[in-house]
Amino acid sequence: MIRLRLVPRVQPSRAMLFLAPVLAVALTLVVGLAVFAWLGQNPFKAFRVFFVDPVSDMSGMSELLLKASPLCLIALGLAVGFRASIWNIGAEGQMYMGGIFATGLAIYFHEASGAWLLPAMVVAGALGGALWASITALLRAQFHANEILVSLMLTYVADLTVKYLVYGPWQDPQANNFPITVPFSDNALFPLFAAWGWDWFEGTRINASVFLTVAAVPLAWLFMERSFLGFQLQVTGLAPGAARYAGFPEKRMVWMALLISGAAAGLAGVSEVAGPIGQLNDRWAPLYGFTAIIVAALGRMHAFGIVLASLLMALLYLGGEAVQITLQLPKAISQVFQGLLLMFLLGCDVLVNYRIEARPRVEGLAP
Amino acid sequence: MIDSITPLLASAVALAMPLILAALGELVVERSGVLNLGLEGMMLVGALASFAAVAHGGGLAAAVPAAMAAGVLAAMCFGFITLTLQANQVAAGLSLTILGAGVSAFLGRQYVGFRAPASFDELPIPVLSKIPLLGPAFFSMSLLGYATLVLLGATTWFLYRTRAGLALRSIGESPVVARSLGLRVNRVRYAAVAFGGAMAGLAGCYYAVAQFKMWQEGLTSGNGWIALALVVFATWRPLRVAIGALLFGGVSAFGLYLQAIGVQVSTFALASLPYLATVLVLVIISADQQMIRRHAPTSLGKPFHDDS
Repeated sequence: MIRLRLVPRVQPSRAMLFLAPVLAVALTLVVGLAVFAWLGQNPFKAFRVFFVDPVSDMSGMSELLLKASPLCLIALGLAVGFRASIWNIGAEGQMYMGGIFATGLAIYFHEASGAWLLPAMVVAGALGGALWASITALLRAQFHANEILVSLMLTYVADLTVKYLVYGPWQDPQANNFPITVPFSDNALFPLFAAWGWDWFEGTRINASVFLTVAAVPLAWLFMERSFLGFQLQVTGLAPGAARYAGFPEKRMVWMALLISGAAAGLAGVSEVAGPIGQLNDRWAPLYGFTAIIVAALGRMHAFGIVLASLLMALLYLGGEAVQITLQLPKAISQVFQGLLLMFLLGCDVLVNYRIEARPRVEGLAP
Repeated sequence: MIDSITPLLASAVALAMPLILAALGELVVERSGVLNLGLEGMMLVGALASFAAVAHGGGLAAAVPAAMAAGVLAAMCFGFITLTLQANQVAAGLSLTILGAGVSAFLGRQYVGFRAPASFDELPIPVLSKIPLLGPAFFSMSLLGYATLVLLGATTWFLYRTRAGLALRSIGESPVVARSLGLRVNRVRYAAVAFGGAMAGLAGCYYAVAQFKMWQEGLTSGNGWIALALVVFATWRPLRVAIGALLFGGVSAFGLYLQAIGVQVSTFALASLPYLATVLVLVIISADQQMIRRHAPTSLGKPFHDDS
């Protein structure tokens, strides 16, 4: 009888830090193929439909970037807080608020607008997200209320606020009672790449909102890896006792983490309503805010890792849509894979701090 | 006056029962030192399993074990990665929520739009149900409602009046000490996590087969998270969980009542009441940090490497 046991490593394994996500993706893939086989699909055909076909042309690639961009943006913000063990899991709601604030401007200045409108919406969206997150920050910093529960509860409230607006005051009078706002004017939309005469992108939906993410990645890297504040946040997460001893202001950490992640989520909200959607509606629940939690974990809370992870997660979204159309399987399968991936990742992470030792079981000895 | 309060109280009690079930399970889990944020996910798979059981003709006798088994299965995934593989409990709980929501939405597609062919209906107890005010609320519940009260009593008794309950609580306070006294820390924690899963499954069963009598994606609409907040609100004590759940049921019932008597309030504002109430009670209870520190299990959320 062989008995497996976990032996703590003297130092965390750097190799495993990078290998664990790869291992988790591989495990998810194996389980995924098994699930397809169980559903009576040819697993290899399903694999192609899920992972290859969606990105086999330019239009597919543009959709991939359109989904990866908000995911990456939100995850970058979340990583800042997660490093400090401040668990903002209400990014979904902060994203809605960003969308709502931007939509407010777009509707109010529907007729009288100029080139200033879109930048104003971007600012408003970031403010909206940060404002919504600041409620959580205030309650956590002043009253020690658990930020996980508060931010999540506020997500439900934000969702209901979107519904209230599109069923009520912001409903398009010409929409036959559909819960949608008026379509945004051109000044309130991110310009399409195709509209700039970039022939490659002819017929695709990719737009300038991805530049928000492109700009955010190096900024996030600088902040997290090279700034003193980023360092303080990391110490707070890794060794709270040391952070307290060093006199790092605890409340400011909470505020920083939540405001940054809220603003990032708000920006993602703008890039959605002023991008592929072009209006606000009640069906707008892409769950990017929750998926971004997985992106941040899979990307190891590191700016460049998050870029890769967001592309992979975006592919899971596209794959889910593709198997729904081609194989008539529910789209929720991508959520199943997302959950599995995170669970496998957390499981594989044991190898960072422990090694597995096999030794024969000795009978008659106390364990 | 009493005419309008009677149905109000009855619906408050009915809305409170699933919260009590889920929160009681989580309370036992947290008392053993484990924080399982995956309540919502376990409730969803439990709800779907029970609905599927009645939809396929298994009747109510199949619904309850199906829900509990599904909840336990989900909880064991969480238990394995946190207790055996030492994963971060917050992240693992989130992954369980995402996975549970995904799996239930995926497998539940075929059941959307059907009414449950069997359901737990009110079983008024003769004589007792005629007591004014309290009768319709507490003695005219469904079988699951009565079971909830029994489980409430049993859990309280177990935690405070049995040796095993004492062992569980001491593990939640200090696993190192408990281990040195010869208690199998992880074995007890596994059992607690399984119990939490079974109770969450039952809560899901309540939503699918007693309250809504149907299945839809995200049926539990955040009540798992509210139950988590209830455990904090109750400062980790079972009877206070019940009181908190009744308060919450009261808030939701009051909203429905306002609507019923024709007060012009936005349905969206009413729907957000329970969530706002949750935030409010969290703030009130957490403001006094000593209160939380005194009552929270000391080892809550911290992994323990049981090297045996």
